[in-house]
Amino acid sequence: MAVIVDYDAGNLRSVQRACSEVGLTAIISDDPEAIRHADRVIFPGVGAAGSAMRSIRKSGVDVALRQAFGSGVPILGICLGLQISLEFSEEDDQTTLGFLPGRVCRFQLRDPELKIPHMGWNAIEVQRAHPLLENIKDGDEFYFVHSFFPEPDDAANIFALAQYERDFCCAAGLDNFFGTQFHPEKSGRVGLGILDRFRNWDGRVA
Amino acid sequence: MLSKRVIACLDVRDGKLAKSVRFVDTKDIGDPVEKAREYYLDGLDELVFYDITASSEARNIMLKVVESVAEQVSIPLSVGGGILTVLDARDLMMAGAEKINVNSAAVLRPELISECATAIGSQNVVLSMDVRRTGKTTDTPSGYEIVINGGRRSMGIDALSWAEQGEKLGAGELVVNSIDADGTRDGYELSLTRAVSETVGIPVIASGGAGTPDHLHEVLTTGKADAALIASMVHYGEYTVSEVKNHLYDLGVKVRMSW
Repeated sequence: MAVIVDYDAGNLRSVQRACSEVGLTAIISDDPEAIRHADRVIFPGVGAAGSAMRSIRKSGVDVALRQAFGSGVPILGICLGLQISLEFSEEDDQTTLGFLPGRVCRFQLRDPELKIPHMGWNAIEVQRAHPLLENIKDGDEFYFVHSFFPEPDDAANIFALAQYERDFCCAAGLDNFFGTQFHPEKSGRVGLGILDRFRNWDGRVA
Repeated sequence: MLSKRVIACLDVRDGKLAKSVRFVDTKDIGDPVEKAREYYLDGLDELVFYDITASSEARNIMLKVVESVAEQVSIPLSVGGGILTVLDARDLMMAGAEKINVNSAAVLRPELISECATAIGSQNVVLSMDVRRTGKTTDTPSGYEIVINGGRRSMGIDALSWAEQGEKLGAGELVVNSIDADGTRDGYELSLTRAVSETVGIPVIASGGAGTPDHLHEVLTTGKADAALIASMVHYGEYTVSEVKNHLYDLGVKVRMSW
């Protein structure tokens, strides 16, 4: 059974609905036991890093997620779920889960015409092959809503970039963890494609 | 770079699609779920549903519509009309809305914006402002004022200061709807849209007056809008969503072209 991790951070129903559209049955749960026994984990979320970390520490979900990561279960982080999988976030100066070495930074834009949050559709550029990014073509666009972006320490963990005045990492992964800054569940056909590949992913990169 | 968004607005009355002209004389023009699906498959970037009945029985019908639409499309879905409390907002989010739009109720009680932002996140709270041209007075130095209840009540609040206040209170995005242009199909109110966009640091969606793809081009360039709302020009089949986007693309506007 796949589990969508609930930590009171936004609307998980759209993630669940998109999963079901590609044939992936997933329950929404904040129960650490359910996460420990899941055969794949989706870790979504919108909102702020500080309150998210408080919530997942309180429920014990942080420990369950670490165990899931250690056991090799495929994990898909989405938006805030990716961000708090790194070590530190500039949002609320928050120490986060740390599956993925690196930090989360705030957009510092020079162009006053550019709005924050970075909201809307943007193209991604795949940097290295990943099973979840197969079939994505140059110019395929995904839906983003965020003011912070992940910055993994090791370039080998960066799988795709997007551009908003500067290039920023929009897909990162390590071993059985893969995360996107964009929302595959709101990104039409190309987004559903990622969820569909996640449904069959064995958690290995090569 | 970020694409400019083309957003279709569907006014829903008693579960059916309606389109207003200058906010009066609404008439039914079809099934909102079918239209939503059709536009999604034709490359629409985002959907806005507006409940224009907002009676208590109609609210449940609206939740059903939102649920069905959310099952049919995987692009952002924004819902407004009659949201008075955080509970209303949560109900709509649970039914499958990604964002909620607040309008008149926020003018009457601005804390609604901050309450919703705290409960569901700033990025999911859209402040929709109905704006009418007026004389430049001490209360309305920009020459644009906020009106509520579908344009029937004038509030004597300057549109630009309301936009600023909305951003401060936690709105993640603004819809700027010109009452003067709404339903005319003569083009968006460019100077208003541009003035709001230059005032705030959050995305601005232009609304009211779209009749041709050129109107979208104007408001996304000269009008400095981040997104443009369309309604009757696609609801009546005069243009398709992909025609509108192709036209924008041909004119050099960055829009999402693969779907």
